[in-house]
Amino acid sequence: MKAKFLASAGIVAATAVALTGCSGGNGSGPEAASCTNTIVNAEAPQVTVWAWYPAFNEVVDNFNNTNSDVQICWTNAGQGNDEYTKFSTSIESGSGAPDVIQLESEVLSSFTIRNALVDLTEFGANDVKDQYAEGAWEDASSGDAVYAIPVDGGPMGMLYRQDIFDAAGIQVPTTWKEFEAAAQKLKESGNGAVMADFPTNGRAFNQALFAQAGSVPFEYDSANPQEIGIKVNDQGAKDVLEYWNGLVKKGLVATDDAFTADYNTKLVDGSYALYLAAAWGPGYLQGLSDADPDAVWRAAPLPQWDAANPVQVNWGGSTFAVTEQAKDKKLAAKVAMGIFGNKEGMNLGVDKGALFPSYAPVLDSEEFANKEYKFFGGQQINKDVFLKAAEGYQGATFSPFQNYAYDQLTVQLYSMVQGEKDAGKALDDLQASLEQYATEQGFTLK
Amino acid sequence: MATTTAPSSAPRAKAPAPAKHRPDKNYRRRQRWGWIFVAPFAAIFLTFLILPLVYAFRMSLFTSTLATGTKFVGADNYLKAFSDPIFLQGLATVAKFALIMIPAQMIVALLAALVLDNLATWASKFSRLMIFVPYAVPVVIGALMWGFLYSPRFGPAGSIFGLFGMAAPEFLAQGSIFGSLVNIVTWQWAGYYMIIIYAALRGIDPGIYEAAVLDGASDRQIAWRIKVPMISSSLVMVVIFALIGTLQFFTEPQVLRGVAQGAIPTSYTPNMYAFSLAFSYSQFNYASAISFALGIVVFVFSFLFLFLTRKQSGLK
Repeated sequence: MKAKFLASAGIVAATAVALTGCSGGNGSGPEAASCTNTIVNAEAPQVTVWAWYPAFNEVVDNFNNTNSDVQICWTNAGQGNDEYTKFSTSIESGSGAPDVIQLESEVLSSFTIRNALVDLTEFGANDVKDQYAEGAWEDASSGDAVYAIPVDGGPMGMLYRQDIFDAAGIQVPTTWKEFEAAAQKLKESGNGAVMADFPTNGRAFNQALFAQAGSVPFEYDSANPQEIGIKVNDQGAKDVLEYWNGLVKKGLVATDDAFTADYNTKLVDGSYALYLAAAWGPGYLQGLSDADPDAVWRAAPLPQWDAANPVQVNWGGSTFAVTEQAKDKKLAAKVAMGIFGNKEGMNLGVDKGALFPSYAPVLDSEEFANKEYKFFGGQQINKDVFLKAAEGYQGATFSPFQNYAYDQLTVQLYSMVQGEKDAGKALDDLQASLEQYATEQGFTLK
Repeated sequence: MATTTAPSSAPRAKAPAPAKHRPDKNYRRRQRWGWIFVAPFAAIFLTFLILPLVYAFRMSLFTSTLATGTKFVGADNYLKAFSDPIFLQGLATVAKFALIMIPAQMIVALLAALVLDNLATWASKFSRLMIFVPYAVPVVIGALMWGFLYSPRFGPAGSIFGLFGMAAPEFLAQGSIFGSLVNIVTWQWAGYYMIIIYAALRGIDPGIYEAAVLDGASDRQIAWRIKVPMISSSLVMVVIFALIGTLQFFTEPQVLRGVAQGAIPTSYTPNMYAFSLAFSYSQFNYASAISFALGIVVFVFSFLFLFLTRKQSGLK
């Protein structure tokens, strides 16, 4: 369509073409000028990559230095939804997408349904399957197709303030029952902190908590894209949400929006006694300013509903996918598999970017397990918490309209914490709105 | 509100139709030059406004869902839009904003302009500038700034209310977000409208005031009985600007949503709804229809307002 635009503009006046011409020059020609990194081997073909990993420039340099036949041209197109918005617009317009793109596993099916991603089995993805954690691989594939190469995961644990716990005389809770008792005790101790935050815009965070009680919100397979099963209001989700609504009503937890400047400060200034976090959480915490200088952070496993049968869950985690707009798909697939698919690259990601690797040779290494974290007073948090959490994770299924589902979840949770409805009603309303949306979008409900 | 300054359907006297003249050579040559002068603007206007509009309109006549393909549906999307409870609720929200926000801005702008018009000291020049300054702040920056001012952690409200031993109100909660937004917009736009009104006031012949003073009119009477009626056409124009801007309310709530996702849902105003439909949920066709539907509403309201005030604005 853009081409047509330019053509008709050309008829109108030459000036207009001169003005818009620059945006039309996407297809061919060297794109080196737009790379954030420096190209080591200018002769080699380039593959464009969008990603927002911390310290990713070093990983890119490592790749470009060790690969003479292909070079990465990297752009940071924004984090999460910012990048997806740009990608989505590029899909619609048919041009402008990168060859390789960082996507969180939860949005993969939102893009496969628009035929935007390449099935990587054709390019040898299955040959590297055993080099990745099982749950992460499951998240990146749908049926027999593999739509992305896992990079990092988000097994969940609990990062807590030992100093606040000690002052209030509470033990580290191992079950959610103990968690509530501890929260009660903390409140009575009157030091002003609440146990934790339950953000209504937690999105994947909220969903992960539901999953711990056995909630399976979606059934979806890209091989059969017109059919979807929705069950966001199953018993598991209702039990968990009722529990949290109880904590909210008793004033034991806060309901601040996540990922705002306020929230970031409160995470580290002692307003919350603990942070229910994914494995990327420690890295996130360390990057925040205004931290309480006397804070003593430690990590512990996520509390369980049934201590005898622990369930591990995952929050976040991302992958590299190859887009349908990639000029050389084989080469792009090579890059997607190669960026973090070697010890050197992945170690850079772990050390500099605080990633929790899905790449097995690093994930299973002694070095990673025994890594001591200064922020946690030298605690080996991987061995103590996150490796166990990752081991138990089986993968999850997300809907092809996950962004919409999350937005609706936020609407319902907010309405619940405002006291407008109870947990059961909130989830029933969510179910109804998602069913309606899916039907409108032409899906058949299973 | 960033779009308020877009060319509105402001009244223009129709250019005298020159075609009736005898088409002498000189005249035609001059006319050709006219077209050449207009061409650069016309090209940009066509490329960046008319063609995208046509394209968007075409898109709005199709439907494309995630699971099925694209197909032509004619006016279906429009029927759907005007019976879509989310869109209608968004319209109700902006209507509420229009009812509160426009009078608020008008009162501030008019009072400031009247006061400044009466003063002739250096203080008036300085105040004029200061009232206008918020308009010079980019809308996004202004909204971000207010986001911090409203923040319970970083904002000054906590310490100010703390002086009196009170808890600061939660500016970003569900109940107060409306007022918080009205405040931002009024802060930003009142100065701009003030300048328009002030300019109109300066255009009045001072002789009229002298006559009024001789007739024994007080300052207040001069203000309300002479100045305000004489600038009514400017006031109408200001209201039209504000009306169009308010119905298209987008930037401020979109930015504040970053810190108040619960209180400001993605479909808070019709424009935000269209935006999230297109860019978050990939429903470009329906988003185009929503945008055009909003355009229709804006046109109807502006037209209605201009019709009702045709006397004041000098259209009649």
